[in-house]
Amino acid sequence: MIRLDHVTVTYPGVPEPTLRDVDVTIPEGELVLVTGRTGSGKSTLLGLLNGLVPHFTGGHVQGSVTIDGVDTRRHPPRELAHLVGVVGQDPLMGFVTDTVEDELAYGMEQLGTPPDLMRKRVEEALDLLGIADLRRRPLRALSGGQQQRVAIGSVLTAHPRVLVLDEPTSALDPTAAEEVLAAITRLVHDLAVTVVLAEHRMERVVQYADDMLLLCGDGAVHQGSPGVLLADAESVPPVVRLGRYAGWSPLPLSVRDARRAAGPLRAALAQAEAAAPAPVRDCRVRRPALTAAGVSVRHGQLVAVREVDLTLNDGEVTALMGRNGSGKSSLLWALQGSGPRSAGTVDVDGADPRDGSSARRRRLVGLVPQTASDLLYLETVAAECASADRESAVAKGTAGSLLDRIVPGLGRDLHPRDLSEGQRLALVLAVQLTAAPRVLLLDEPTRGLDYGAKLAFGNVVRDLAGEGRAVVLATHDVELVAEVAERVVVLAEGEVVADGAVAHVMGGSPALAPQVSRILAPSPWLTVADVERALAASSAPPHVSQVTQ
Amino acid sequence: MSGRRARWGLERHLHPGAWWLWAIGLATAASRTTNPVLLLLLIAVVSTVVVSRRSDAPWARAFRLYLWLALLIVVVRVVFRVLFGAGPGGTVLLGLPEVGLPAWTSGLRLLGPVTAEAVLAGLYDGLRLAAMVVCIGGANALANPKRLLKAMPGALYETGTVVAVAMSVFPQLAESVLRVRVARRLRGDRAGVRTGVTAIRSIVIPVLEDALERSLRLAAAMDSRGYGRSGQATPLARRVTATLTVGGLLGICIGIYATLDGSSPRYLAAPLLLGGVLAAGAGFVLTGRRVNTSRYRPDRWRTGELMAAGCGIATGVLLWASSWVDPMQLYPSLVPLGWPTVSWLPLVAVLVGVLPAVLTPRPPPDPGAGSGGAALGSVDQQPVTEPATRAPQGVR
Repeated sequence: MIRLDHVTVTYPGVPEPTLRDVDVTIPEGELVLVTGRTGSGKSTLLGLLNGLVPHFTGGHVQGSVTIDGVDTRRHPPRELAHLVGVVGQDPLMGFVTDTVEDELAYGMEQLGTPPDLMRKRVEEALDLLGIADLRRRPLRALSGGQQQRVAIGSVLTAHPRVLVLDEPTSALDPTAAEEVLAAITRLVHDLAVTVVLAEHRMERVVQYADDMLLLCGDGAVHQGSPGVLLADAESVPPVVRLGRYAGWSPLPLSVRDARRAAGPLRAALAQAEAAAPAPVRDCRVRRPALTAAGVSVRHGQLVAVREVDLTLNDGEVTALMGRNGSGKSSLLWALQGSGPRSAGTVDVDGADPRDGSSARRRRLVGLVPQTASDLLYLETVAAECASADRESAVAKGTAGSLLDRIVPGLGRDLHPRDLSEGQRLALVLAVQLTAAPRVLLLDEPTRGLDYGAKLAFGNVVRDLAGEGRAVVLATHDVELVAEVAERVVVLAEGEVVADGAVAHVMGGSPALAPQVSRILAPSPWLTVADVERALAASSAPPHVSQVTQ
Repeated sequence: MSGRRARWGLERHLHPGAWWLWAIGLATAASRTTNPVLLLLLIAVVSTVVVSRRSDAPWARAFRLYLWLALLIVVVRVVFRVLFGAGPGGTVLLGLPEVGLPAWTSGLRLLGPVTAEAVLAGLYDGLRLAAMVVCIGGANALANPKRLLKAMPGALYETGTVVAVAMSVFPQLAESVLRVRVARRLRGDRAGVRTGVTAIRSIVIPVLEDALERSLRLAAAMDSRGYGRSGQATPLARRVTATLTVGGLLGICIGIYATLDGSSPRYLAAPLLLGGVLAAGAGFVLTGRRVNTSRYRPDRWRTGELMAAGCGIATGVLLWASSWVDPMQLYPSLVPLGWPTVSWLPLVAVLVGVLPAVLTPRPPPDPGAGSGGAALGSVDQQPVTEPATRAPQGVR
């Protein structure tokens, strides 16, 4: 179905080719997962498949790409529209019309599909993706998962043979991600659509993938089955890491497979737990840094946050979770004082951050918003740092040294827009930390970060908490929460529905439990590191399965 | 009641073009008379139809603004007549002193005695313009602008796409300005520290970068979905079609003006209008031939549409006809002053315009409007609701 024949892509002004001598064949009806670090050429690879590279982006392509026998060199993307459907990272940006039904029909209108057939296909797509009840709704009023499904439906109506998806679940909460993935797998199974999908959140997708393309960052692409490729990849989902640690073979890719193999490990862990009690995470009594009582936020008719009482403690990392639209962002903005708050009190060091100037507010509570780049507007990293020093009235170079601590050696004359997602997040974090706030709120910070960047970010967060700051992390990423946070607060419809230690809140939850916890339930372990520590403490041999076999 | 429903169809939205034809017919009628009785009746007719056949959409609720605008027009007209006075003679209502103006403003007077003739002339004139504005407002309230855009001929397809994209981009732009402005506060902006150019720059640059990225993404998405697949025209063909279309549209404009303005030369009216229509039509057909797109659920012309458009056109034509029969009725005399009278032909003409209020199908209730709670995602789990199952109505 898809054939890349010794393809090399070079962009002007970049000395090294982004993709080098890629030779890949993808048969019909496969689900192929594309992974690799940020900047390793994933987007370029996806763009090749419908001719956006080079027809739209420019650049020089050697070799040939053929889709179902059609050469993309001679056909621009619009002439491949009936063959390849592409869904971009942010579906909202790719919507042309403004209601669900019109959007589903748009592609077919371009292809000149007869109205009768169009009508039928729209109804089919509505059913296939489970969005029939949304048909007349405006696209902007949909939730992220619904938008993603509409975007998939809007390319499906043209009946493409290949579906290309760029990060389809990155921005979604776990449940919405499940819905989108269920729709995708149904297409692969029932309609024999070939799906090529790039995703940083590998743990969500890898179990469905038939094949995997691993981009190494030097332009080379490895093709192979996920089980083989992940055996020695550097960034892997927790289930694979646990499998590697325990020496399971073949390497499990899904929780179900891992659970089957995990019997001996669970027994060993139970022994270890009996010998030395489970490591209860740091639970000494802490001083409250921020106390919120009865906080409510109202946007017009909509009550986004309803009478929330919350205490954030010094040196504690709190994860704020809940589905899209459950009021997480509204709560963070209200706590910081810059957002609206219709009722309740917030107290930081005896002061309400809402009173007083925004500069003073910033010294009490720092907030990194969801679109962090909104805070950046200057031409260079150095200028942003200098401006941050001035804004916080601190000694020159404070922001710069903070930045060096987070990402050492970041080029000072780079343009902030040219940084990778992780570097840009680090820069905004440094800018906000310049004011030395006692409380730091982070809204969806790991969106678009790859495994490596996420790991680095996790370390930074732990360091910040170690210095005594209260850190709040609003996120959908359960694995990150398991790694970093000590406490989880779950919001639903603006109300706190759970507040407690990570193991208690996430352990038994069907949606929020991290992979390791699902594999080892009912034991309270959440991460591979926890397991390693527990077994090391009880001096049990690491390769449990081999010993017991 | 039920019999009529079965006859005129289930609830559905009418083709927007039908409402526009209806409104243009009524506006033409309004332009041919200054009789206040007829004009007030016409405004009442339009309001009745709008109230009984409009949907819950935002553009439908804007009708009230047009009524206010109409009132403003009448008031301004009358006030101007009083301010600049009328000529000598006539029935004086109020003896205001005249303000002396220099000689070079010969002919212009300020204030002076207010005569009934002047006030009435202003009132009649203003009412005529007001009635036309209300007609246009009625069309705006009844016709869905997005569906109108979709009903455009193929030749205007690309223009239509530009307008459609722009309509969705402006709210996004406003949203991103708002978001960045709020985000600026997180960096400790306060008055005095950052003013003027820097303040604007700190908002404009992120917003523009955002907008640029959005438009690039949108362009890529449209390209991948087949926008602009149809063939390209040769430069010569493009020039010919452009000349035909633009020339034809100009001809139509002048022709319509001459037709509506009874005092312009007759050879500018019908011949130019007809020639313009032919030229523009030819241009549209030629351009449309290049566009190979199809339309999803196109609005069709059915009995309801024909009724609405027919009633509007009938009003215009009947009133026009009555101007040959009895022109004095349509332009009530000011000198000497007399009560306006109305005979049966113009009266029937105007009253025909109200028929669409009962002869056309009602609009369906709007299920999607104002779904503010959607952002919560709480609507996700709702079962397929009734409007969705009722969807196939209105086609076929």
